[in-house]
Formats: sequence, structure tokens, C-alpha cells
Amino acid sequence: MDRADALAARPRVARLFRLQWEEAQQAWVLLYPEGMVKLNASAGEIMRRCDGERSVADIVAELEAAFASGGLADDVLAFVDMARTRGWLQ
Amino acid sequence: MTEHSAPPVGPPLWLLAELTYRCPLHCAFCYNPLEFARTEVELSTDDWLRVLREARAAGSVQCGFSGGEPMLRDDLEVLVAEAHRLGFYTNLLTSGVGLTAPRAAALKAAGLDHIQLSFQDSTKELNDFLSHTRTFELKQQVAGLIKGHDWPMVMNVVIHRLNIDYIDKIIDMAVALGAEYLELANSQYYSWALLNRDHLLPSRAQLERAERITNEYREKLGDRIRIFFVVPDYYEKRPKKCMNGWGNVFLTVTPDGTALPCHTARMLPGLEFPNVRDMAVGEIWHHSEGFNRYRGDGWMKDPCRTCPEKEKDLGGCRCQAYLLAGDPAAPDPVCEFSPAHAVVENAVARAQMPGNCHTEAPLVFRDPRASRRLSAETER
Repeated sequence: MDRADALAARPRVARLFRLQWEEAQQAWVLLYPEGMVKLNASAGEIMRRCDGERSVADIVAELEAAFASGGLADDVLAFVDMARTRGWLQ
Repeated sequence: MTEHSAPPVGPPLWLLAELTYRCPLHCAFCYNPLEFARTEVELSTDDWLRVLREARAAGSVQCGFSGGEPMLRDDLEVLVAEAHRLGFYTNLLTSGVGLTAPRAAALKAAGLDHIQLSFQDSTKELNDFLSHTRTFELKQQVAGLIKGHDWPMVMNVVIHRLNIDYIDKIIDMAVALGAEYLELANSQYYSWALLNRDHLLPSRAQLERAERITNEYREKLGDRIRIFFVVPDYYEKRPKKCMNGWGNVFLTVTPDGTALPCHTARMLPGLEFPNVRDMAVGEIWHHSEGFNRYRGDGWMKDPCRTCPEKEKDLGGCRCQAYLLAGDPAAPDPVCEFSPAHAVVENAVARAQMPGNCHTEAPLVFRDPRASRRLSAETER
């Protein structure tokens, strides 16, 4: 997938996973059969926007606005790629 | 500072609700206590609903409904619905017996997230199971229901000396049924499995062959199915980090309401475990003697106390230490540095003999009659 395709993709949380905010852990977690992944803050902010509607480019723009920061595209692309490899996103 | 140097205790992330010890099966490797038949009174629906709420408030997020056979509780749907409402990820651990189409639909409506289907391979059914007859048809039916409701399908097969040579057939079957995950979990030697250990512990050659075949299948099948192969810890040189640490993430509630840090901890001598009818789950987790006794490493004796690897395995399993070395604070005898390691070595040595000529004891199946007989024997 080239960069333009990767930015246009609209990832969503994969069928076998459920994403939810856990108050007790103050973290977003990914739940799956008999297991859990606790996401760090930035992973949580990306994952909770992966709803199959927003493109990766949209997510980058939102995060850059929310955190008043620029140049997040590479980090977001790298995370989405890793999350796909692990089966968290489809 | 030094007064509070113990690391903070996290939430009981995993709640295992053992709803009942009743079970239509008679598996010779069952981890339910040998004395299970003494439990006659089960927690009521209201008790369980309260346990779910208290555990969720204490930070539990994974909830497993287990047993025995949890389908035998006719309030299962009510409990699943409440767990779902509370935000748990809900897992049902079942043999599939009693999982009819109407109940599957009701469980889906209640919000059940996942079903782990286990094989009722108690060796009585082994031939039946392998010859793809009655048992296979039941599994096929249940697998169809699981698929039809779009649940992820995890199959769990307890592996042992009597079925390990059929590992290829077992994997073929899981693939044919459309499982997404397959757990080939070698029996762990507690309770009924310990009683039957000489019948169940595979030889090294059997294990190596099974692992080789499993790896070949992994290569051939790729992403179609994820296969986990768990070796028996008797063949390891270091113990497992049991339950990922005592009182660290895992909380079991037994059918009568006893709260335990693992499935089998009730056997440990000199330790009282609280009942959820007397104490709230949060208090049990943080303040009961039962859950605090073996937290961290302050309880350790040598050689664990001074071992550079103590953080890695936390001394292994307290139940195995008690069962094989007679002392729950001893190192797990699986460890090659344990003074009692010879017990494990001897069992492994016996397992290298052909067939089952190394034992004269009969295979004991888990059933209420055997349970009552064994309970009476331990009292004497």
C-alpha cells in the first residue's frame, strides 16, 4: 500500500476485538476472547477514531488539531500498520 | 517510604464465575476439586448478580462463566445480560452440551461476546470423538450455532497421553468446524489430572511429535486458524508464572461463593478464603489474608528468595509446591533448583515407558460417586 492509499484507508476495529474506556485503568483497552490489551494514551486516541468512517488522513488532522501539533502522519501510519499486523484493525 | 514499598495492587481484571460443579461429563483431567460433590448449595442468582456488580466496580473487565457445565444453570442468560450491561467482556466456557438453538439465541440477545467450546474427551468418548460420530455431530451443531451468531470461535482441547497421538485429527476437526483459535492445552497436573497423572502424562517422544505436527499445520494453514500449543510444565526446567502472579489479575468464585486466587487454591493448608456472601469482592481482593499471603515475593524461602529469576516466575505455582513438596511456600518442584525436583523427574521418567504398563492404578473418572469416595478417604 503506498502512502496515499494508506492515508485514504478507513480502518475499523476488527470483528474479534472490542474497544472500550476502562475507568479503573484510566485507559482504552482492546478486549478479545479471554484477553485484553491496555493501550497507551496515543494508541487509545488513534484507535477510538478508527470507526470505518474516518480516513487515516481525517484521523491525523483531528489529532493534530486536538493536540495542537503537526507532523503526526508518520506516527499514525506506523501505528495503523502495526495494529493491522496484530489483527486489531481491519 | 520503606513502610509502603510493596507494589500497588492492580484490579482483579479477570473474574472467573464457576457457576456450578454439576457436569454431564466425566473428564479424567478435570481441575475441579476431588471433593466437589460436597458442594451442594450453589450461590443464588441474586448472589451472582451482586458479585458481578462488585467485581466490575473493583475493576474486573473479563468475565468467564465456567463450571462444571455452566449451561446447567438456567439463569445463565440473566447473568450474562447483567455482565454485559456492566461492561464486561463475557466469555462462556462450555462443552456445548445443553447449548440448544433457543439458548444460543437468548445468550446472543443477552450480549454474550464469546464461546470457548471444549471437547468432551474424557477418553470414554475418545473413540467416538475420533471416529467423527455422535460427539462430532454435537460439536458440529454447536459450532454451527456459534458461527451463525457471529461469535468468535475458540476451541479448547485438553491434550494428554491418550489423545496426543491424534493431534493431526484434532486440528483437522477444528479447521473443519471453522474455529478461529485452537488451544491444544496439555493437561496440568492438579485435582483429577494429578490422580490420573501416570495415565495422562505423555512421553517426550509423543510431545515432540505433536509439536512438530502442530508446526507443520501452522505453516500450511497460515492465518486461517491460530493454534496455541501448551506443553506440560513437567517438561520445563523453570516453573510457570502461575496465574501471572498470586492475586495479581485473577479472581475465581466457586459455586458455593468461595473466592480464590486460582481454580485450585482451596486445597492449600492453613489458609482461609473468604466467601462472597460475607465480604465484598473489592475487600476480598485487597484486604483478605487469602489473597495477600502469596502476593509479591515477601513470602519466599530459599532458593527462590535469593534467585535472580524470582521476578520472572514468582516461584511458580503454590498448589504444585504443596502437592509435590508438601509446602505451599516451597519452590515449585518443576524448577530444577527445587529440592523436590526429583518428584517431577520421576514422573517424567515413568512417562517414557511404553503404553500404560507403568501404572496399575485404574483411570478414575470425575463423577460424584468417585468424589464422595475420595473425600471419605482423605478424612480417614
